[in-house]
Amino acid sequence: MIEAINLTKTFKDKKRGLVRAVNDVSFRCEPGQIYGLLGANGAGKTTALRMLATLLKPVSGTAKVAGFDVVSESQAVRAEVGFLAASTALYGRLTAREMVAYFGRLNGMDDAGIRSRIQQLADQLDMHEFLDRRTDKFSTGMKQKTSIARTLVHDPAVMIFDEPTLGLDVMTSRAIVKFVRQCRDEGKTVIYSSHVMSEIEKLCDRIGIIHDGELVAEGTLPSLQQQYGETEMEEIFVKAVGGEAALVKALEEQESLEK
Amino acid sequence: MNWQAIQTIYLKELTDTLRDKRTLITTFLIPALVIPGIIFGAGFVMTKIITKAETEASTVMIIGADNAPDLVEQLKGNAEFEIVPETDDFKDRISHKEIRVAVEIPEGFTDSIASDTAPDVTIYHYQGEMKSNMGRNEVRSFLGDYREGVVEAGLEERGLPKTIAQPFNVKSENVAPPEKVGGNAFGGFIPYIVVILCMTGAMYPAMDLTAGEKERGTMETLLCSPVNRLNIVLGKFLMTLSASIATMALSLVMFVVSAVGAGKFFAGQGGGGGAGGDGGGFVMLIDPWGMVGVFGMVAPVAVLFSAGLLAVSLFAKSFKEAQSYVSPLMIVVILPAVMGTLPGIELTWTTALVPITSLSLVCKEMLSGVWNWHFIVLVFSSQVFYAAIALWLCVKMFERESVLFRA
Repeated sequence: MIEAINLTKTFKDKKRGLVRAVNDVSFRCEPGQIYGLLGANGAGKTTALRMLATLLKPVSGTAKVAGFDVVSESQAVRAEVGFLAASTALYGRLTAREMVAYFGRLNGMDDAGIRSRIQQLADQLDMHEFLDRRTDKFSTGMKQKTSIARTLVHDPAVMIFDEPTLGLDVMTSRAIVKFVRQCRDEGKTVIYSSHVMSEIEKLCDRIGIIHDGELVAEGTLPSLQQQYGETEMEEIFVKAVGGEAALVKALEEQESLEK
Repeated sequence: MNWQAIQTIYLKELTDTLRDKRTLITTFLIPALVIPGIIFGAGFVMTKIITKAETEASTVMIIGADNAPDLVEQLKGNAEFEIVPETDDFKDRISHKEIRVAVEIPEGFTDSIASDTAPDVTIYHYQGEMKSNMGRNEVRSFLGDYREGVVEAGLEERGLPKTIAQPFNVKSENVAPPEKVGGNAFGGFIPYIVVILCMTGAMYPAMDLTAGEKERGTMETLLCSPVNRLNIVLGKFLMTLSASIATMALSLVMFVVSAVGAGKFFAGQGGGGGAGGDGGGFVMLIDPWGMVGVFGMVAPVAVLFSAGLLAVSLFAKSFKEAQSYVSPLMIVVILPAVMGTLPGIELTWTTALVPITSLSLVCKEMLSGVWNWHFIVLVFSSQVFYAAIALWLCVKMFERESVLFRA
């Protein structure tokens, strides 16, 4: 289970001073559920998920992940989490097998356990053909499969996906989405962030809309449709963030920050 | 601290590094091929140049040849010299390397000798130019012999014994054992080279394992694992340290092997060419215990470089940015290393605390057979202290989100 309690993260920016990347965000995701975090670029999705994966420390608030506190028990949290993001790459000079085995060892698994788990994952993800090839020569699909195997090697109870389909072709994206559903069906707690409305709409049991660091709306798709009087996810999102003008302003601010 | 996690990270980094062509080139290929290539190449070229210069007759111009017909006749009769016709622009011709030297004989030279007044004979040469220096030495030696002949003839004419001009002989004998001679000659040079090699060996892995990983996106992947950041930094640090020591050790071994080989190969050719001269190579003249001491003293400096470079490189967002931070550090390291080789800078209670310089100074002493244990302990302790600070800084940098996720 994931329970974010008033999560807040600030950072200093030369132009804007103290920026609240995530401000007082609270939500809850149960095992066997996919929680979708929907937001525009720079809304605070990645920062929120990095705090859940203990890569970043919240300045205030906390979160419980698989029963462990992200601030005081960060190592135990990471042992229960599989984190897959567009920014989590593979070691190009290692083979897929070596890559997965390395993360198995880092998770404290023994050699026999790693061997059988790699066999199992290779069967499941159809990786046998490229298991002993170096990852720098892989296609995007092969890379994603290897990344998935890397996140699953220690069979975590919680899966965190941060825009996992970003920049991928249709077939690879479909494979990822299928895999995310599979995780839910296996009873894992899944959190999935994206700015692609259709993905969130199709995939998630609960949806949180994040804008300018704040969780501006939250609920199941039917409850959000009812709340905003819209059926399309895109329309719900625009209304939730305060209209198109607010969205454009936030995107412009984000662009100036990136420059 | 979890040694199993550190070992896992270290072994992965080792595998990764050994598969990286750029690291293999800087760590293994350069020491294995370039060092012997440079030493043998330089030895070969030097041998050729020296042999040619020695076998060629020195071109000498005589200014005022009419003033000393006897001397000029003997000069012309000497196969070592090729006498060229006198011209007014002799200084320009020496500068343009058309002739090696010019000898100016003053007017009334023969009469002055006969009347016991010592005239000045001037040798014009080009300081620092090898062939001109050789010509000057040959002419000076010839004139010395001629002068002795004149003295002996004068003494004989006056019925005096030759020993009046040379009442006693001066001999010099070396009491220093060969390894001490080698230590004094190369004592400053060896620690300097060792320091540079340690730095060079650590540079590439330090950048690749930090800024390189950030750029490739694998740092975030690694940080997702349940391994404590202290263990991650120690695994990476040990890999960088291994590369630093491997580069230094391999380079030194290749340097020694090449120097001995070149010494033997070029022995007796062209003035003894290469590094060896008499065929032994200079390394044969260095105290092996001094070398052991150098390796012992350099260990904390390798730690200092590895940890310092990791900390600096980690701050960078990309490999290229890391290069721009790390490259100027080479100067920061070279300067104190060079200071230790300068004459007049000695090991004192103050200089023993200066990083890198103190290492150069104490190594210079050890290689020349001087073992000041109180200074050795102080220098080693101070280097360990600086290395510990660098490692602590490196760990602290790894704990900073603003550094790890610097965008």
